[in-house]
Amino acid sequence: MSDTHAESVAYVRDTMLPQQPPPASEAGAVKWMRENLFSGWFNTLLTLVSLYFIYQIVTGAWPWFANGIWTASSLAECREILGGQTGACFSVLTERWNQLLFGFQYPSDQYWRPVTAFVLLIVALAPVLYPKAPRQLLVVTALYPFVAFWLIWGGTLLAPLVALIGVAGGYVAFKLVEHQSFAMGAFAGLVAALVIWVLGGFVSGSAENVLALQPVPSRDLGGFMLNMILGTVCVSLSLPIGILLALGRQSSMPIIKWICVIFIEFIRGVPLITLLFVANVVLAYFFPPDANIDLVLRVIIMITMFASAYIAEVIRGGLAALPRGQYEAADSLGLDYAQATRLIIMPQALKISIPGIVNVAVGLFKDTTLVSVISMFDLVGMIRGPILASTEWNGVYWELWGFAVLLFFIVCFSISKYSQWLERQLATDHR
Amino acid sequence: MKQIAILGAMTVAGLSAGAVSAGTLDDVKARGKLNCGVVTGLVGFGAPNANGEWEGFDVSYCRALAAAVLGDPTAVEFIPTTGKTRFTALASGEIDVLARNTTWTFSRDVDLKFDFIGVNYYDGQGFMVPKELGVSSAKELDGATVCIQTGTTTELNLADYFRKNNIDYEPVPIETNAEAQPLYLEGACDVYTTDASGLAATRAAFENPGDHVVLPEIISKEPLGPAVRHGDNDWADVARWTLNALIAAEEYGVTSANVEDMAAQAGDSPEVNRLLGTEGNLGEMLGLDADWAKRAIAAEGNYGEIFEKNIGENTPIGLARGLNAQWTEGGLLYAPPFR
Repeated sequence: MSDTHAESVAYVRDTMLPQQPPPASEAGAVKWMRENLFSGWFNTLLTLVSLYFIYQIVTGAWPWFANGIWTASSLAECREILGGQTGACFSVLTERWNQLLFGFQYPSDQYWRPVTAFVLLIVALAPVLYPKAPRQLLVVTALYPFVAFWLIWGGTLLAPLVALIGVAGGYVAFKLVEHQSFAMGAFAGLVAALVIWVLGGFVSGSAENVLALQPVPSRDLGGFMLNMILGTVCVSLSLPIGILLALGRQSSMPIIKWICVIFIEFIRGVPLITLLFVANVVLAYFFPPDANIDLVLRVIIMITMFASAYIAEVIRGGLAALPRGQYEAADSLGLDYAQATRLIIMPQALKISIPGIVNVAVGLFKDTTLVSVISMFDLVGMIRGPILASTEWNGVYWELWGFAVLLFFIVCFSISKYSQWLERQLATDHR
Repeated sequence: MKQIAILGAMTVAGLSAGAVSAGTLDDVKARGKLNCGVVTGLVGFGAPNANGEWEGFDVSYCRALAAAVLGDPTAVEFIPTTGKTRFTALASGEIDVLARNTTWTFSRDVDLKFDFIGVNYYDGQGFMVPKELGVSSAKELDGATVCIQTGTTTELNLADYFRKNNIDYEPVPIETNAEAQPLYLEGACDVYTTDASGLAATRAAFENPGDHVVLPEIISKEPLGPAVRHGDNDWADVARWTLNALIAAEEYGVTSANVEDMAAQAGDSPEVNRLLGTEGNLGEMLGLDADWAKRAIAAEGNYGEIFEKNIGENTPIGLARGLNAQWTEGGLLYAPPFR
């Protein structure tokens, strides 16, 4: 076959030509720019206009950054040093950074405690958020709430220890009774935990100086630390509560269903700021004047209620998206309700709900700044209240709000990036 | 609806329970701390400094009261309140006294069931405009846009004043003084109106204060004073006479510098002797000891010293005494006799 035309063809190439680099206009940055920025007269025009605006913004803002004053002790001094030039007065950040981060009442020699708690938070979150992190770290996660409480609020170590023992005792009781039924186990666990807490409360109440850190009352918490505390605590509490509410709303038991529906619809029908006012103002009327229920605790309860109602609806969406067959398959395997929910329904429903949950979490974290309205000094409260009202810094706006924006952006952007990564990890769906 | 009715009933029950529990003075002594409601931050009147210590004009009154009752000017728990939470905080018993530049009005005194124990600053609503507008009187403000804090008496005063003078204006609602500053500077409104003390503080923080003028018209009376709960007259007396002691001390020339000497032994002024407890038993009548006023004055100084230190002409705020001078110098401060 091959030599059929051997005589009639003058020349046959028997080697491949070496690959040539693509022409300059089809490679690298030039190609990228041609395709993305200048792919037509309209897009070229848009690019040029955008470049012009970026140039204007950068050249306008640059002197402000470059001339920034970092060492003055008041706004007036800043202006004196600048002598009429544009320039930022970043001195407010160098002088008040501790107030912005920790509030103005947290004892300054104890700053290591919230910082340690924050570092430990990252360690504790790692095994939950990254499947590849060593599993042994889960111990840190389990201990973290108690350690963090002790670090931030201080007082005797016995109090969080008793709480921990209570949880552990409850878990053991749950495991012992679980083989009878899930509900019985949960009930036994709850009783065991309550007994230990009540008994332990007497012990830790009578020994207040055992392994005690300097106690810091809740009122003294503030700054970005308060936003972090509220955000972390409320999101992690509202997830399990939200799951229970979502399941309760789908329950076939009418009373449970109605309670869940009324709770969710009531909370979702009320703005968060109203709930915060209730926490601050109205609840004070119901308690006797000396029964001073911690304001931070009241706020945590309210925000958690708020967030769990929203998360419940997100998860209900996930539950509704599961095909009916999944439920039937679980039934046909002979699993009871608890097993089916835990092993088959929830893993799938939660995966569908991730974007929604993250959305709620980010929104909630930003909503924690609303507590500034009920005279708590979170980051925004610190800026609006004490710092802008001090005679030295009255009139500094861009620098302070820019700093707040930066902190919130870092946290929220990381959460968002993480959730995108997680969705890719779990992408087993039908594309 | 039923839920609301129950909530309402519980609120009423709570309110009356709060009013019944008398004996704030004993509570404060037993607690060893004075719970003082202050502003979350107002230049010169109350704000924490870089070290986290509260200072300011209203804060000084709290310290003087704590010194008089407990003997320690630092035995104060400062409870920051906003314009929206201040009255419930006082009514619910969360705070013992509200020292938060609050205007003494009929309805707050009578309807909300508080007792204003005096006036520590006579204020009034004024206007600030940029100089380049060339306005010299509030009556020339026809058609102006006005930045105004919502939910305050200033809003109502403004409406009253402009209606009375038949002037059109366009209000730009803002929430706090801190928000008003950049809005006004950026030209979002032609005029900024609030209490004259606030205007002075705001203007002092501007880069070029000379470019702005405060108009001569003061369109309202804003007597600012500390308040306590209605119905606890013993405590109200202590709060009232502590304020009067600070004012009287200035009148009689008792300062934080010389109060120790003057209280060491009875001098030749009977009023001072009675005030400082070297003569008579005024302290005992209040349920305090004889040195109460001495400690109150020693805490942060007399009224004049407190004024000069926090908001006076040597501070960046630079308020003149004006109406807040002693009656002997043409002002309105007039402490009843200590007798």
